[in-house]
Amino acid sequence: MTGAYVPHAAGYVDNGGPKVVTSRFAHEDSFTLERFMATGGYQGLRAALEMAPGDVHSEVRDATLLGRGGAGFPAGTKWGFCPEGVWPRYLVVNGDESEPGTYKDRLLMERDPHQLIEGCLIACYALGLSQCFLYVRGEMALAQERIATALNEAYAAGYVGRGVLGTDFSVDITLHWGAGAYIVGEETALIESLEGNRGMPRLKPPYFPAAIGLYGQPTIVNNVETLANVPWIMANGAVAYRQMGSRTSPGTRMFAVSGHVKRPGVYEVEQGVTTFRDLFYGEAYCQGIRDGHELKMFIPGGGSAPWFFAEHLDLPLEARDVSAAGSMLGSGAIIVMDETTDAVKACHRMVRFFARESCGKCVPCREGTGWEEKILARILDGHGRPSDIDLLLDVGDNISPGPYPVASHPDEGLDAVPFPPRQTTICPLGPSSVAPITSTIRRFRHEFEARITRGDGIPVSAAPVTATEGVGS
Amino acid sequence: MSWFDAAHERTAREILARYPKARSAVIPLLHLAQEQEGWVTAEAMTEIATMTGTTAAEVLGTASFYEMFKFHPVGRYVINVCTNVSCQLLGGEELLHHAESTLGVRAGGTTDDGLFTVEDVECVAACTEAPCFTVNYRYFHRAGTDTFDEVVADLRAGRSPLGRGAAGDGGEIPEHGTLGRVRQHVTADRRAGVVPPEEVTGAPVWLSTMVGADAGSDQGEEE
Repeated sequence: MTGAYVPHAAGYVDNGGPKVVTSRFAHEDSFTLERFMATGGYQGLRAALEMAPGDVHSEVRDATLLGRGGAGFPAGTKWGFCPEGVWPRYLVVNGDESEPGTYKDRLLMERDPHQLIEGCLIACYALGLSQCFLYVRGEMALAQERIATALNEAYAAGYVGRGVLGTDFSVDITLHWGAGAYIVGEETALIESLEGNRGMPRLKPPYFPAAIGLYGQPTIVNNVETLANVPWIMANGAVAYRQMGSRTSPGTRMFAVSGHVKRPGVYEVEQGVTTFRDLFYGEAYCQGIRDGHELKMFIPGGGSAPWFFAEHLDLPLEARDVSAAGSMLGSGAIIVMDETTDAVKACHRMVRFFARESCGKCVPCREGTGWEEKILARILDGHGRPSDIDLLLDVGDNISPGPYPVASHPDEGLDAVPFPPRQTTICPLGPSSVAPITSTIRRFRHEFEARITRGDGIPVSAAPVTATEGVGS
Repeated sequence: MSWFDAAHERTAREILARYPKARSAVIPLLHLAQEQEGWVTAEAMTEIATMTGTTAAEVLGTASFYEMFKFHPVGRYVINVCTNVSCQLLGGEELLHHAESTLGVRAGGTTDDGLFTVEDVECVAACTEAPCFTVNYRYFHRAGTDTFDEVVADLRAGRSPLGRGAAGDGGEIPEHGTLGRVRQHVTADRRAGVVPPEEVTGAPVWLSTMVGADAGSDQGEEE
C-alpha cells in the first residue's frame, strides 16, 4: 500500500503518549472507511446504540469531556441544557478553526473524518438531535473533500442516514462550507451564518444556543476535537478516559506549538500532568528554543490569550491553573517567541487581526479595535506620540473595563489578574484585542517608548523636554 | 431559465434539499456560483435570492460579510500569504513582499495576464508549518521564497505544484471558485429526510423505541 496515497500534511508529531484522537494519524490511508473499520471504527457508535440514549449522555457527562474550542465548558453539561419537550433539536459542529496559532481541527478533519462523523452520530443519538450540520471553514478545501468522501462512504455503508445500522435511529449529516470570517467561530455567529446571514453574534441571554439556536430551536454546538473524543469514550468508557490527564481536565488535548522552537508541531498531550516546559524543551516534544536563542514570551492559548513569560513555564497544561495565572489554554494554540521578536510588531500584528475580523455589531469593538491598530501602526512607523501608550490602554479599557487579565510580574511585585476579561461587547472578540496590548505594555513598555521619538529620532522617554528647550534656546 | 448551467443547477437543487430552510443554502449557493463563474456576479445573486426566497439585497448583504466571495473577476489562482504572528515570526511578511515584487502587484491585486491574485491573509491553520501560503485554498507548508517561485513557475507552465511543501494534497489545483473537488451526494433511499422545524411534532422515534439492553429489551442488539 505504501506510496498509494499522497503523504499527509506535515504538522502532527507522534510524541509516544496515549492517543485518543490521533490514533490513526500514522496510517497513510487514515481517512478511508477501510482503514477506519480495520482500526476499531464505528465501535463507539455500536456500543452507544446498545445503550439507552440517556445513558450515552451520562457516560459522556461522567467522562468530564471539556470543550476543546476555547471556552473549555464540559460537553456533557452543555448537552444537558436542551429544554425538555422542544423539538426538533440540532447539532452544529464548529469546524471554523481560525484562531491565530490553532492547527488541530484541520488535521482531525483531513486525517480522520470518520472519527468526527462517529462522534456526531453518538451525540445525535444521545440527545435526539434530528440533523447535524458540519460547518467546515471555507478555506479548508482538502478537509471539505475528505469529509464529503467520508460522508458519502458512511451513508452508503449504512452508518449515516435512514435507519443507522438497521435501528430506528435516523439522522442526516450535512456538510456546510464557511466562506471566510473568524467571528463565525463564536457559536451564535456560527448559527447566524448557517441560517444564511452575516455571521454576527446574537445578543445574550440566552447564553447557550441549547435554549434557542438554529431556526430558534434547541441546538448543541460542539468543536471538532470535542466530538472526535466521543467515540473513544463510548468504546472504552468514561472511567478509562478519566484515567488520563488530571482530575479536573481528564483525557488528552491537541496542542499546536508554533514559532521559535526546534520542532514545532501538533502534539496530543495528556492534560494537567504536562507542563509548558515539558512541551517546549522535552525530547518527545519541541526539543527546545531554536539554537543560540532564548525564550522571550509565549502565547499559551491562541491570539485571544494574554501572553506568558519564562516564569510561567512550570504551569501545567490545565485550564484552571492557566486562568488563575492570568491567561487561558483556549484552543490549544501556543506561539513561542524568542528574544529576536519585536514585541511592538508582534502586538500590532495580533491587534490587526482583531481589527480586520471585528464584525462591526458592537461599537466598542468596531471602533476600538480599529483605533488600537492605527495607534500601534503609527508607533511602528515612527509617528507615535508620547500619549499613545496611555491612549492604547484607555481604548482597551473601553472595550474591556477594569483590570485586564494579565500574568504576574514578580520583578515589579505585580500579581496576576485571572481570566476571563470583562466586556462591553456581545462576544469576546473585542476584549481579546486588548490581550496583546496589556501583555506587551506591562512587560516591554520600554520597547514602545523607544519607538516613540521626537523629530530628531531620539526617544521621547530618553530625552525629556527641558525648560531650556521649551523656550527655544 | 436558471442563471446556473444545467450541471450546477442540479447541484443547486441537491444543496437546497439538504436544509430545513432554504435560506441556509445562501452561502453554499454563493460558492456554487463562484465555482461556475470564478466570482459572484449580480445576476448570480438575483438567482440565488429566487432560489432561497430572499432578495438580491439580502444575498449581497450576506455575501459581502465573507472574504472568500469576490465581486469582481480575480486571477485563475488566488494566492493567500499568511502574515499572522506564527508566520510573521518565520518570514511571512518577507514572503508576501516577495510575492508582490515578483508578480508585480500589491496585495489584493491581480496580474495583467489574469493568472494570479495575491492576498495578505489571516491565520490559515498551518501555524506549525510556517511560513505558509495557499493557492486556491490548497496549502504549501514551510514555504520559503524558492517554494513560492517554483509553485508560480509550475502554474505558469500548466503543471500541478501540489506535493511541494508536504501539504497532504495531490492532483490538480482547480480554477478559483472550485473548492472541494468532491461533493456530498446522498441517494434518496439513504436520506433520513429533512423536515422544516415547524412541521416536526414530537421527539425522534428512537428516543422511545431504543431503550437499550439495560431496560430488558432486546432492541438495539441487531448487529
